[in-house]
Amino acid sequence: MRVQFVLSEIGVGLRRNLTMTLAVVISVALSLALTGGALLVNKQVDAMKGYWYDKVEVSVYLCNKNDAATTPNCAKGPVTDDQKAEILSDLKKLPVVKKIYYETAEGAYKHYKEQFKSNKQLADSITPDQMEQSYQVKLKDPTKFAVVASAFNGRPGVQSVEDQRKVLENLFDLLNGLTKVAYVVLAFMLTVAMLLIINTVRVSAFSRRRETGIMRLVGASSFYIQMPFIMEAAFAGLVGAGLACVGLLGGRYFLIDAGLRLQDKIPLVSFIGWGPVVQVLPLVLLIGVVMPAIAAFIALRRYLKV
Amino acid sequence: MIRFDSVTKTYPKQNRPALRDVSLEIEKGEFVFLVGSSGSGKSTFLRLILREERTDTGLVHVLGKDLNRLSNWKVPQMRRQLGTVFQDFRLLPNKTVAENVAFALEVIGKPRGTIRKTVPEVLDLVGLAGKDDRMPGELSGGEQQRVAIARAFVNRPMLLIADEPTGNLDPQTSVGIMRLLDRINRTGTTVVMATHDQNIVDQMRKRVIELEKGRLVRDQSRGVYGYQH
Ligand SMILES: Nc1ncnc2c1ncn2[C@@H]1O[C@H](COP(=O)(O)OP(=O)(O)OP(=O)(O)O)[C@@H](O)[C@H]1O
Ligand SMILES: [Mg+2]
Repeated sequence: MRVQFVLSEIGVGLRRNLTMTLAVVISVALSLALTGGALLVNKQVDAMKGYWYDKVEVSVYLCNKNDAATTPNCAKGPVTDDQKAEILSDLKKLPVVKKIYYETAEGAYKHYKEQFKSNKQLADSITPDQMEQSYQVKLKDPTKFAVVASAFNGRPGVQSVEDQRKVLENLFDLLNGLTKVAYVVLAFMLTVAMLLIINTVRVSAFSRRRETGIMRLVGASSFYIQMPFIMEAAFAGLVGAGLACVGLLGGRYFLIDAGLRLQDKIPLVSFIGWGPVVQVLPLVLLIGVVMPAIAAFIALRRYLKV
Repeated sequence: MIRFDSVTKTYPKQNRPALRDVSLEIEKGEFVFLVGSSGSGKSTFLRLILREERTDTGLVHVLGKDLNRLSNWKVPQMRRQLGTVFQDFRLLPNKTVAENVAFALEVIGKPRGTIRKTVPEVLDLVGLAGKDDRMPGELSGGEQQRVAIARAFVNRPMLLIADEPTGNLDPQTSVGIMRLLDRINRTGTTVVMATHDQNIVDQMRKRVIELEKGRLVRDQSRGVYGYQH
């Protein structure tokens, strides 16, 4: 197969249809930027969830030796083994409790480091002896946080009882809601992109019917006849996907590092690093090439006799 | 070379068949005229040979292959052994004469060296030597048809199908085209040509097959046009 010949045919085809090609590029770029963006928001939500977030509803933190100075309830010093045993047996007696995990201070430290690994400043600001040991409690009914809170708040040895959902739930709801909207919008956008591609191929096949007719008569294979159209669509898709990638990289940079500077404004949140963004790019490029190629192939079955 | 066995073909949404129970055989190296009034089924006959259409009933064999049983992906391979020429030339207006001929080889993946060698040869054969770089729009009708014939013949096909190749040409030019087709036939290529041109058929005295409303009504060797239109 003559590469140069095929490439020149593709170039001619794309230029002949410049406005249509631009429409395809833009709609592919927008829908893929949305796809990548939604994926990244999901990753961001995951990054903001601590180790226990999806596993339990309530955390009962126990006093460590540093808490004596800051928490009145811990004034008598760190939790004793007797207190721990009593708390555990009382927790087990509560009918609403489904499962109890015990986490050591070292375990808590490890999970903390893990969560903030992309934010070195934050990760290094804590030492193991600042972490509390805790009972992580799974409830039969996730809404019954108050039952555990009223039973254990203020108990000797208990530093605090925290609702895992309380802190970030509204934000996560918002973000998850946004990604759902994004998925709906991107489904529409991708459909629009596909329809544009199908129409582009139709116009392109029509304007080249003389060439393709001759190709058929002289015995060019159907693959050979269809390939320029498919390559055209894939190329336009690739350009769109490239723009989407630039958008995602730029988006992260301007939201988190510069521009909005969310990292500076909200230092306590672990934002996703460049790693997850870069991981999303190959997927975006792949979708950007494969989807238009498939759309073109489908359109050709209908509009190009081979 | 070509065999039709009781071939009937009706186009979709037509109540009258375009071809009705046609059986005949064309041997290798023959020159055959296909005549008949407008709508008698000549083009349909040729389209069946090219496998542009398929029969409803009956069999079409071309170059030893049963076209009804030839799978779609093998059709291009089969068409590479045929050459086709039409009344309207079907040249690419934005390519030169040489590029138009080369196009037929490029799209079937022939190496560049072969193309560079064979294109001037075949242009010479059809009498267009020195006109390689002309555009089709700068040529007379007869010359354009010569380009189309060069393109059909450049791959040295076993069989040349021509649907009214002189239909757009004046009698003088038509004679030139017929000489060329005759010469191609003498190289061993079978030629099947649909035509309305009485003078040509009467002069050449080749085998004549006449269709009438889709039926085969005459098959005559060294025949004449034989009816008034
Ligand atoms: N694509 C098509 N769809 C439907 N009917 C068709 C089609 N092509 C041809 N026909 C019909 O089939 C019949 C035979 O047509 P065909 O083109 O084979 O005739 P022909 O002998 O080549 O005529 P002409 O001398 O005018 O070229 C005609 O009645 C025509 O209307
Ligand atoms: Mg006809």
